[in-house]
Amino acid sequence: MIQYTIRRLLLAIPVIFGILLVTFTLSRMIPGEPCKAMLGEKATAQVCEQFTKQYGLDKPIPVQFAIFMGNMLRGDFGESIRFSRPVTLILIERLPTTIELGIFALLIACVIGIPAGILSAMKRNSPLDVVVMVISNIGVSMPVYWLGLMLAYFFALVLKDTFLWLPPTGRLTAGITSIPFFQLWNFPYISGTFSHYMLQFFSNFLIFNSIITGDWKVLGDSIKHLILPAMALGTIPMAIIARMTRSSMLEVLKQDYIRTAKAKGLQRNLVILKHALRNAMLPIITIIGLEVGILFAGALLTETIFGLSGVGRILYEAITARDYPIIQAFTVVIAIGYVFINLLVDLSYVFIDPRIRLE
Amino acid sequence: MMENTKPSLLEVQNLVTYYYTDEGVVKAVDGVDFKVYPGEIIGLVGESGCGKSVTSLSIMGLIESPGKIVNGKINFLERNLLELGESEMQNVRGAQISMIFQQPQSSLNPVFTIGSQIEEVFQIHGKISKNEAADKAIELLKLVGIPDAVKKTHAYPHEMSGGQAQRVMIAMALALSPKLLIADEPTTALDVTIQAQILNLLADLRRKFNTSVILITHDLGVIAEMADRVAIMYAGKIIEQSDVQSLFDHPKHPYTRGLIASVPVMGEIKESLDTIPGNVPNLIDLPIGCRFSTRCNAREEYQLEICNKQEPELQRNQKSGHEVRCWLYQDGEGHTAPFKL
Amino acid sequence: MTANSSTINGNAVKDYRSNSLWRLTLRRILRQRSAIIGMVILGFLLVVAIFADVIAPYSPYQVLIGVEDVNKRQAPCIHLLGCPADQPQHIMGIDGNVRDEFSRIIHGTRVSLFVGFSTVGVAIIIGTLLGAIAGYAGGWLDNLIMRFLDVLLAFPSLLLAITIVSVLGKGLQNALLAIAIVSIPSYARVVRASVLSVKETAYVSASRALGGNHAHILFGRILPNAIAPLIVRGTLGIGTAILDAAALSFIGLGAQPPLAEWGQMLGSERNQVFTAPHLVFYPGIAIMLTVLSFNLLGDGLRDAIDPRLRSAE
Repeated sequence: MIQYTIRRLLLAIPVIFGILLVTFTLSRMIPGEPCKAMLGEKATAQVCEQFTKQYGLDKPIPVQFAIFMGNMLRGDFGESIRFSRPVTLILIERLPTTIELGIFALLIACVIGIPAGILSAMKRNSPLDVVVMVISNIGVSMPVYWLGLMLAYFFALVLKDTFLWLPPTGRLTAGITSIPFFQLWNFPYISGTFSHYMLQFFSNFLIFNSIITGDWKVLGDSIKHLILPAMALGTIPMAIIARMTRSSMLEVLKQDYIRTAKAKGLQRNLVILKHALRNAMLPIITIIGLEVGILFAGALLTETIFGLSGVGRILYEAITARDYPIIQAFTVVIAIGYVFINLLVDLSYVFIDPRIRLE
Repeated sequence: MMENTKPSLLEVQNLVTYYYTDEGVVKAVDGVDFKVYPGEIIGLVGESGCGKSVTSLSIMGLIESPGKIVNGKINFLERNLLELGESEMQNVRGAQISMIFQQPQSSLNPVFTIGSQIEEVFQIHGKISKNEAADKAIELLKLVGIPDAVKKTHAYPHEMSGGQAQRVMIAMALALSPKLLIADEPTTALDVTIQAQILNLLADLRRKFNTSVILITHDLGVIAEMADRVAIMYAGKIIEQSDVQSLFDHPKHPYTRGLIASVPVMGEIKESLDTIPGNVPNLIDLPIGCRFSTRCNAREEYQLEICNKQEPELQRNQKSGHEVRCWLYQDGEGHTAPFKL
Repeated sequence: MTANSSTINGNAVKDYRSNSLWRLTLRRILRQRSAIIGMVILGFLLVVAIFADVIAPYSPYQVLIGVEDVNKRQAPCIHLLGCPADQPQHIMGIDGNVRDEFSRIIHGTRVSLFVGFSTVGVAIIIGTLLGAIAGYAGGWLDNLIMRFLDVLLAFPSLLLAITIVSVLGKGLQNALLAIAIVSIPSYARVVRASVLSVKETAYVSASRALGGNHAHILFGRILPNAIAPLIVRGTLGIGTAILDAAALSFIGLGAQPPLAEWGQMLGSERNQVFTAPHLVFYPGIAIMLTVLSFNLLGDGLRDAIDPRLRSAE
């Protein structure tokens, strides 16, 4: 197991190297001077010269790449043109919202998608199966931002005066504020240090923060604000997961060992939940891992629509403002995060399928 | 005769199982009758696609859509299995009738240990503690000749050879001393040397547990060695049935004769092995008359015209109990059989 | 088992034997319900795209100020549904620049179909070349190409496309280029896999023994085997490409106004969802319908041509 983990980790290194290489190459492909691309058009000649020196842009390309890689791996993503702040600080501020949104969306997708797929496979060709498949076919064909807008219209406007009303924008209702746990409990910290940033990072997970501080009002309000975006973001993965679960289950139900389980006298439902599901899980988990990538891209669109200040929304603003340091940093962070999630998926195989342990 | 005096354990009467596919109705089993007596091994022989496996799955109640049992009775211990509800049938499966399959390795669930899969049988059919079940699993593994049984309970199917996996399947099948074991081509996927070991094990255990066995195979050699009685199937019907001695000494049906002639005999020198010309007919669109008529050389030899007009009935020799379904032994409208059964 | 093997034998085969493989495949495709529904929708969309000028009551760029008595973002007026007959009919309403939304949706079909076919076409050509070279040459060249494609796959595809466009500069052309680039790896993989699977088979060896040159073996013997999986992947890929292109246009990186592109139309009116929902609703439905048709067709083709692909998805 440890050996397998180490081997998988080692295999991720060239991929991460490749990601940095591609991002670096892209950053050098921006038309015009790199200094202007990174500092904005307003940069003076003097500032430019300093910047060129600082990042070694006058040095040969391989040296430039080495410097770039060093900076990225140290977490120094440069300074945002638009916000004039270190990109790393913006990440600390914004990433938790996106992660919470992503987890919530994925939760919705799995909790509905997997059982729907199982039922669909169990009752193949029944009306239920047809309905699930029609819905999931439509689900995978929908633009996520359109679904988001439609949900906002429906829940915030059509259901305005009912108890089903949901807020269409923002993370918290105006007037409600979340108190970071480290301030509430008077953690000693020095402003601007690494530990301070980490405390900030974790307290920015509003759901997590409100649970550990017992602030139920904030918890309820923040969940309420996440429902619509998570529904919008989770629908496509839900449809894909349902389809994958169905086809994977159908594949497994054809196997010889399913017949054996039935021949033993096992109940039909147990045959499916015990013998079939575990075997069907591998492709389902793989697709869930791949969906995380789609979620990140989808977060950009959903956060923009629902006014959530996560990394997606700031990426959108950065794109509009041609704030390349932010675009570059987020691309690297999300791609590397994606690599690690797929690494986790690979590792989870070991717990599901004993055949993988030997390899 | 033996058959007439003893009560049967299983009696299949006019079993009809069809598959309703897009291409048409596949008549996989089309009126099969046979009996299984306590403690005997009956061989069910035929080419692939003749309905052997569908017959056994019908007995187990494991026919899946688009398949359907259309007609017949399966009497087992004075109950018609086809009239049982699903939960009653679950009590029969694995406890009173169990089954082993052709591909032992893929018949075991790859994600569970050998031990847990054997223990499961006990847990399904009786209230038994986990420890007791584990002990019994080890006992069974020893019984079927798995070396290092205690350790092997923690092994996974992919860590076993085909022969070992089939031993595990046998252990699982015999865990609750069933009255009837259906072995569907249990040795086809195994090496020749392993085949003999598995067959010996089956023969031993059959005696120990006094279990009746339906042995499904296409290998007449296996039948000659193992079976007490044998039924030959062709295109969804039984075309000949008798005790093993009689069948090999006096094969009646041209198909049976062809099958026996196509088995290589040790020590005999032949230019080439005999084969039966043609293929099994399409079960959606069966030939009119005798199902074997399209491939039958006796029909041409004896110039029988009735063969592709009308289907022959199963004729029985009252003395020997030998049964055959062929116009060579049956008189019909304007047709006199060239042979007496 | 019995049922399946027996249908392959005997008469069932005899019926088909005289037909070509393509007719057999076509027959299987026509048995797939989803493929038929997909084809019907797609056929409808193609007709709409071809005859857009005839179907659309207005030019997609015609501003109706002073031409008709309509207001900016006016709700749909359909005479059949009770809209007074003295008002001009606009079945999908009026957009933010006082143009007929319906005409713009109709003309958007052209853009979307063009986007889908062109990006996937380019991606298939480049992907096939890369995959064929990698699979056929093997060795370090294979390694180099495949590792590079692995890196591209390590990025979430839409995100990489966004980054590429933000480097190249916004515009439909760059967006299409970016989408083509990010979809190359999946086609290259499909081709490489089928090249590897037939490279060592008897008929390829025979062709080699007979002195066939590399290009002939590769294009004449090996690549035809890749066509079926490529068609399936490509059809599903068109759906994804249209969806991605619309997303890029939605955030302002793709098609620029005044071009009638659904994603762009939706994006420019997104803040009006509460006041003029029709301007958000219709473009989205149009995108969904188009993507759905390719997905259904792709699924049906996959089931008909190569059921094994299903588990590989």
